[in-house]
Amino acid sequence: MATREVKPNDPGIDPATGEFRVIGPGQTFRSITEKIAHIVLTPHTPLGWFGIFAIAGGGSVMLMVALTWLFLKGVGIWGITQPVAWGFAIINFVWWIGIGHAGTLISAILLLFKQGWRNAISRFAEAMTIFAVMCAAMFPLIHVGRPWLGYWMLPLPFTMTVWPQFRSPLMWDVFAVSTYATISVVFWYIGMVPDLGTLRDRSQSKIAQYFYGIMSVGWRGSARHWMRYETASLLLAGLATPLVLSVHTVISFDFAVAVLPGWHTTIFPPYFVAGAIYSGFAMVLSLAIPLRKFYHLEQLVTERHIDNMGKIMLVTGFIVAYGYGMEAFMAWYSADHWEAFTFWNRAFGPMGWSYWLLITFNLVIPLTTLWSRKLRTNITYMFILSIVVNTGMWFERFVIIVTSLTRDFLPSAWGTYRATKWDYMTFFGTVAFFVFMFLLFVRFLPMIPMNEIRMLLPGAKIKPKAAVEAGD
Amino acid sequence: MPAREGTYGLLAEFETPGDLVRAARQAHQDGWRRMDCYTPYPVEEAAEAIGFHRNKVPLITLIGGLLGGAAMFGLETWISVLAYPLNIAGRPTYSWPAFIVPAYEWTILWAGLSAGFGMLALCGLPALYHPLFNAPNFRDGATTDKFFLCLEALDPKFDLHETKAYLGEFKPNSVVEVNY
Repeated sequence: MATREVKPNDPGIDPATGEFRVIGPGQTFRSITEKIAHIVLTPHTPLGWFGIFAIAGGGSVMLMVALTWLFLKGVGIWGITQPVAWGFAIINFVWWIGIGHAGTLISAILLLFKQGWRNAISRFAEAMTIFAVMCAAMFPLIHVGRPWLGYWMLPLPFTMTVWPQFRSPLMWDVFAVSTYATISVVFWYIGMVPDLGTLRDRSQSKIAQYFYGIMSVGWRGSARHWMRYETASLLLAGLATPLVLSVHTVISFDFAVAVLPGWHTTIFPPYFVAGAIYSGFAMVLSLAIPLRKFYHLEQLVTERHIDNMGKIMLVTGFIVAYGYGMEAFMAWYSADHWEAFTFWNRAFGPMGWSYWLLITFNLVIPLTTLWSRKLRTNITYMFILSIVVNTGMWFERFVIIVTSLTRDFLPSAWGTYRATKWDYMTFFGTVAFFVFMFLLFVRFLPMIPMNEIRMLLPGAKIKPKAAVEAGD
Repeated sequence: MPAREGTYGLLAEFETPGDLVRAARQAHQDGWRRMDCYTPYPVEEAAEAIGFHRNKVPLITLIGGLLGGAAMFGLETWISVLAYPLNIAGRPTYSWPAFIVPAYEWTILWAGLSAGFGMLALCGLPALYHPLFNAPNFRDGATTDKFFLCLEALDPKFDLHETKAYLGEFKPNSVVEVNY
């Protein structure tokens, strides 16, 4: 798709503000309801959906194979060794959970800031959060080596009377991630109840009526219910906001509390949170751009959304750049021999290529081009950029984990790291599983919140009494 | 117990939220109390028009959050001091700063669960059956693009014919009788 010239008489532009419209012109309550409900209620699933579903399903089977072999043989099939005991499992864990953060940012923080444009993308961004957290939570569990003992991390009274050790950031992680998963699901489901009511009322088949009828818990749109619903949404948003900031902060503590050079730094919490939102928005773009094209949702997910997400990526990208800069600065300013060596090793050591790759993918390419509104609204460019940033952010975690662990304090403890095919199968398997879950979501649940979109339409506001009496 | 047979109420359908709110406000001024509005998206003015200003969701959320945080902090203290004391690099068994993080997470967890499920409970949901679903035009409109005012039979002012005429004065699209 070519870059669109920004013309004053473009129907996609709001003449009052000169910005792209949040919703395309000429939409009514009924037209948007039918458009969104039709995607779910149609008996004709698009052929392309089946094609991608088959590929993603095959990838999920590959994940099952990799996990089965892992459970039979143990974590020795992976590339993890001493000193690199964390490897792909923790890289993927941090990467996936970071991706989830943008969903909560869109659904909670932008709601509190009354950013109406977020409404169209909030539902599938939340779904993305949930599936990303599912992929993320898999990794620490399988990385413990004996996943059937995973319940030892929970404070449960069992016969050995062993209890968790609450001074460890790894324990904090258990509570941060499990809370995050639970609250994300509750927020997502509560937000979906009115739309499930719409689907119940519009579905023709008996099975769909039962399914959406039960899922919608009998929602009927009473004014009293709406008031409580709005209060609960705002409260959940207010709770999810400090939660999302705490989750990646706690994950960064896994690193920052350790004494290892390259990890033991106070910049990690803000730098991890900003990086999480950065990669998360990239993933929202990677999902939104094909979706709006495939389901013809250009009127609902407009250039305005792509443009605004580009701006947020620009801001968070600069915070990440500050984090990289501060790491380099502290390596010099701390006058700590090991810190300085770790930084030098990151940039010019045997794995220096990965550091320059992440600098190129996370800083050089996005932060020079995202300034341009023309490029921010060029759909093809933004799609490619989103893949670039996600790759770069994966390498950021790779660099943090692998370069620090391979070069410890004592040269006698130095080592190297090379992932095996099982590592790659597990990683790409979770990507396929994520797509698999997401495809089920777009097929069976409303991916755009109809009730929130209705509020953005011109007829939704109540006209003042004087205007009505004047015959308007 | 409310009556489970006969008429539930009269349901007037409006085209715009403005018409609905004007009708609801007038009916509330005329002394109607057993009434409700049904809209496809939140219309704050409609709730105000029928005299519904405050709700208990924030209180439930506050209580849930405080209980969750206190429960987790208490559990950590009990485990670390009494049930399973461990010497971790000579730190005191009651190292409260480290306990704050899980307690903070549980504050949010239980506040969030209380907000979500407390809201549903206050609304009386799940309630898969409701007499309004019997109205022929309700299910097509109330969750899509129509705005409804229901005056219920339990209100002492209710009289099938008079109320029907009363609702007709607001020029709705239609007024239908809803049965249990």
